[in-house]
Amino acid sequence: MTLVLEAAVLGVLTGGVYALMASGLTLIFGVMRIINVGHGALVILGAYLSFALFRSLHVDPFLTLIVTMPVMFALGVLLQVVFIRPLETDREALSVLVTYATALGIEGALGYLFTTNYVQLRAWYETASFAVLGFHVTYVYVFGFLLCLAILGALFLVLYRTAFGAAVRATMLNRTAAQLVGVDVDRVAAFAFGIGVATAAAGGVVFGITNAFNPGSHYDLISRLLTIIVLGGLGSLRGAIVAALIMLVTEDVTAVLVSPVWASFAFFVILVAVLIVRPQGLYGVRVRDRL
Amino acid sequence: VTRRRLAALAGLVVVGGVALLLPVIAPDPATTNMAVFTVMYVGLATAWNIMGGYTGYISLGHAAFFGFGAYSLGLLIVHLDVAAGYGPFLLVPVAGLLTGLLAVGIGWIALRTRAATFVIVTIAFMFMLQLLAENLVTVTGGGGGFSFPYPHDWGGDFFNTPFYYAMLALAAVALAASWWIRRSKFGLGLLAIRDDEDKALAVGVPTRAFKLTAFVISACLVGMIGGVYGYYVTYIYPQFVVDPLIGISMVLMAFLGGLGTLSGPVIGALLLEPAQLEFAYHLGASRLYLVFYAGVFLIVILLLPRGIVPSVAQLARRRRLGSP
Repeated sequence: MTLVLEAAVLGVLTGGVYALMASGLTLIFGVMRIINVGHGALVILGAYLSFALFRSLHVDPFLTLIVTMPVMFALGVLLQVVFIRPLETDREALSVLVTYATALGIEGALGYLFTTNYVQLRAWYETASFAVLGFHVTYVYVFGFLLCLAILGALFLVLYRTAFGAAVRATMLNRTAAQLVGVDVDRVAAFAFGIGVATAAAGGVVFGITNAFNPGSHYDLISRLLTIIVLGGLGSLRGAIVAALIMLVTEDVTAVLVSPVWASFAFFVILVAVLIVRPQGLYGVRVRDRL
Repeated sequence: VTRRRLAALAGLVVVGGVALLLPVIAPDPATTNMAVFTVMYVGLATAWNIMGGYTGYISLGHAAFFGFGAYSLGLLIVHLDVAAGYGPFLLVPVAGLLTGLLAVGIGWIALRTRAATFVIVTIAFMFMLQLLAENLVTVTGGGGGFSFPYPHDWGGDFFNTPFYYAMLALAAVALAASWWIRRSKFGLGLLAIRDDEDKALAVGVPTRAFKLTAFVISACLVGMIGGVYGYYVTYIYPQFVVDPLIGISMVLMAFLGGLGTLSGPVIGALLLEPAQLEFAYHLGASRLYLVFYAGVFLIVILLLPRGIVPSVAQLARRRRLGSP
């Protein structure tokens, strides 16, 4: 029982990281109606950027975010302007292919620069743990969770308390109407993509400390992130967060109760179950032509 | 019209003749090896196009059916104790049938969703299958891989030839299916679904049944091709045969040639697969070939979003009508 509870706590803490990564993905979908299949690769790119800084400057991995998040924001804006904006027809399908291509490009470039050997970000809190009520909790998961809370909080503040956030939400609700009332939807889309990619960088650091990774790790990651945003309902931030917590708790509890090799499978079982009962996801709205 | 038909028929005879005689014209293993993979992708892209091109439902998870077909054929061969040689080819349709059954289940769930969600669900199913192949160690051998019996009688230059003809036959079946569907009422229904699913339903197209049928036909063909592939490479493991790159390659080829056309996927595969093999051969170790592949990919989609065949057809129509 203690083991199960411990697994559930770990699930919540890692769920926070996935919530952060998935929120960027679902934000991008909400604003632009595109699926960024390259999101996993961008997370891994963020992890490698932190790894490169960490290796050359020997600074704390979390500190590297001061550099990597702005860089990744700029990269996101660039990607949107160069590759997503020119798509005029059949945007949904073509954007999947374009972002898939960026994922392959990133994977190839990282493989060339860093080889395909697994690496990991190192810090003192990576293995050190403390005891609360008899549970052992590793520091890194707590720090990662706090970082994710802070960034998610900032994201919500931007979205719900600023004029830019209002423009983003307006674009998510109705692109044409937003344009009519004077929202520069192209700018909103570019910035939203940038923000999404910057959160990927933050997710990448935590992912990179808690997991060994190589350039091919993005496949595993993107399949989980996509499953999470479908479960939550495409375009719903709240849905993404709730779904991430459900998924990771289920996974960690399954690992303890059944077996670690079937943990990821539980992920997909939930997805199938939800699709049968509620194809639009937990918080999704069933708009015929959108689904 | 009759003259154009005659020209098309002549073209078909020439292309078919070259395809049939290729192992005689160029028997060296390097060429026939490339030919096996190219013809394989002709079949894959054509089969994918039956679902993705005609109905507009983009599946990025067809590698699941490819891998499932490979494992099915392998397990059939091993458990039925079929000797290496031509015998395993006879089991390919059975592997295809099993893949079709799997597709009924997956399609039933995945087709409850549309557009973006459908794309994601197909990706999720692909990884689910990869994971299953890895975890069911007693059945598939898990990460340790699975070995097909090796046809020792086929030595030297001849080794590739039976596989080439098997792939060619499957590509021909896929093309015939695609051609027939394109001309049938069923195909018309699929195109109506692509253009506006709700209106199609309103005018009486049984959309659910049609979508599922197209999905199953497409998966069945891909599964058979996957089976032959597994026998050809003789050793498979989950990440290798349920490979997302295989799934995306057939999609890209269909897009490059022209989505929803009969010849588009063929042209896309003939152009891209040899190029991809060249890249992988020269730059494989450095993984830079992925960057090149991504580059080709982006150029195709940004410059030719409608594909080669529709763009050329439009150009020809304009010239014929004499309008600018």
